[in-house]
Amino acid sequence: MNAILLMVLGLGGMAAGYFFYSRFIADRIYRFDPEFVTPAHEFDDGVDYVPTSKFVLWGHHFTSVAGAAPIVGPAIAVIWGWLPAFLWVVFGTVFFAGVHDSGAIWASVRNRGLSIGSLTGHVVGKRARSIFMIVIFLVLLMVNAVFGVVIAGLLIKNPGSVVPIWGAIAVALLIGQLIYRFKFNLGLVSLFGVAALYGLIFIGPSVPVSLPETVVGLSASAAWILILFAYAAIASLLPVWVLLQPRDYINGLQLFVGLILLYAAVLIGSPEVVAPMFNHNVPEGAPPLIPLLFVTIACGAISGFHGLVASGTTSKQLNRETDARFVGYFGSVGEGALALAAIIAACAGFASLEDWQSVYSAFGQGGVQAFVDGGAVILNRGVGIDTAISGTMLTVMAALFAGTTMDTGLRLQRYIFQEFGEIYGIRWLGRPLPATLMAVGCCVLLAFGAGGADGSGGLLIWPLFGTTNQLLAGLTLLVITVMLVRLKRPVWITLVPLVFLLMMTLAALLIQLNEFYRKEDWFLLSLDLVVLIAAILVTLECVAAFRKTEKQPVGDEL
Amino acid sequence: MEPSNKTVLPRNLKLVFRRIGEQLEAYYSGPYRSVLARAERDEEDLFMLLVYAESLGIPNPVSLYTLELQPLMLERFHEWHQRMGMERSPLDEMRCC
Repeated sequence: MNAILLMVLGLGGMAAGYFFYSRFIADRIYRFDPEFVTPAHEFDDGVDYVPTSKFVLWGHHFTSVAGAAPIVGPAIAVIWGWLPAFLWVVFGTVFFAGVHDSGAIWASVRNRGLSIGSLTGHVVGKRARSIFMIVIFLVLLMVNAVFGVVIAGLLIKNPGSVVPIWGAIAVALLIGQLIYRFKFNLGLVSLFGVAALYGLIFIGPSVPVSLPETVVGLSASAAWILILFAYAAIASLLPVWVLLQPRDYINGLQLFVGLILLYAAVLIGSPEVVAPMFNHNVPEGAPPLIPLLFVTIACGAISGFHGLVASGTTSKQLNRETDARFVGYFGSVGEGALALAAIIAACAGFASLEDWQSVYSAFGQGGVQAFVDGGAVILNRGVGIDTAISGTMLTVMAALFAGTTMDTGLRLQRYIFQEFGEIYGIRWLGRPLPATLMAVGCCVLLAFGAGGADGSGGLLIWPLFGTTNQLLAGLTLLVITVMLVRLKRPVWITLVPLVFLLMMTLAALLIQLNEFYRKEDWFLLSLDLVVLIAAILVTLECVAAFRKTEKQPVGDEL
Repeated sequence: MEPSNKTVLPRNLKLVFRRIGEQLEAYYSGPYRSVLARAERDEEDLFMLLVYAESLGIPNPVSLYTLELQPLMLERFHEWHQRMGMERSPLDEMRCC
């Protein structure tokens, strides 16, 4: 099958979802009102609440939610064949992610711009809010550990990308200074930043850097993981304008450039999909497609992380309530497009089925490296960029996304520890440095605990990360559903995804629990149990919330 | 018509560039606006502490200079004590409200 057909069907399906389904939910279910005074206008303070153009806001939302996860997940999940991953990404984006994201914005906008955590407390109850905090902590913990492992793997397998990946940090530092200290024009600085980054990518393959096999008794992978966490700890302590803000900005630009180049290359090069539609020779030890597919691909189909962005910052800047459709739903479509690009790269970038099978030799293999290798071949055939350079470009793209998520994730985790310090009166934990060290310590423990001394098996927790992320999405869907019940509106658009997610999550956790038990992997077994308990609590909260809501009078707002 | 078209085009282009610049600016600063505003406020609070150190009982070797700044900070002082949950000024010598 030709990849162009896959691309047209996928993008066409998601576009149809935007034009028809999102219009339906916006008009009939959420009933967006152009006259409704949004929190951005009601509390306009020039700081948190600022009415913002829907295009700019879409850019923020899209680039905040699209990171390395929609690349890693689909690139692992194609091990079951391209069709299941493709269908889940397209249908997930249309019926799950779009509904969830625009719904999260709507729920927040209708409640003075509250974040989804506070909303859970207000709408569902205090207990649900506590569960929400636990789930958030687990998501952050896992995302940091997994991304540390992912970047370390990329740095080892692609020595040519070491210079551009670390060089990008220098470029971001320079941009931050140029903008804040020297007040340079942002357009010029952007051009300079992108040119400098691509200059580094161009020279990267000529100056490959590899760590020796052992560094002070540690494997190269373990050494990179420690270096990355040391960097992330420092980065998360720096003021945001110094590094995080310019890095995020460059990543955003890079995301657009990368996506446009990849799709253009598919159109021009017209590669063939060599991966099977359904993989009947799934490597031994790979978990069953149902339910694992639905937690392996979280971002790209539906992800709870989006709810945090939607209610944290997006809802406070929404100019008109009707903009939620474009910002939230189309933002999800953007992420779906990135996940689709990852599927195409991992399925159509190989010469033959044998080549593909040798890469996907075990569950967790392939993954982001398959995206890099496959995407490099597609870019080479389509737009003629040398595979070494195009491979470096995609490695840098994935590593920078993962790196920025790590910086932000560690920062958020530090805040959680600081909050713990304040709540429980532990003064030293309230300070930034000890809190950061605690956060880093937990992540490093997880990265090595899950993968052994070399940290190489850290990707084993990927499905667990997906499960936790889906639980978060479940909680957001629960809030939206309860609101819809109280407003006496049809609830199936959120209830069906919610029930489906909870079922798949619970099933995936039980299957993995059994697997970890058989392998006698007590560390992952304990982690699985923690997530399982959280999942059961979320399910019980759902039942309790609906029972309680049935007894309550109907109101227009909550 | 030709010459006028030539003059209109660059002006339009300028407008387009300015518009792109504004959108980029909003895109750059948007997500971090509140974090930066909070950091700025923290710095201002520290400065306020320096200016009013003497009134709070902290010996200040440069009080001669900070005293001069006090009237200029009056409005911010009022905002500050309200933000801190004190409806009235906590300092006897600072009767801002």
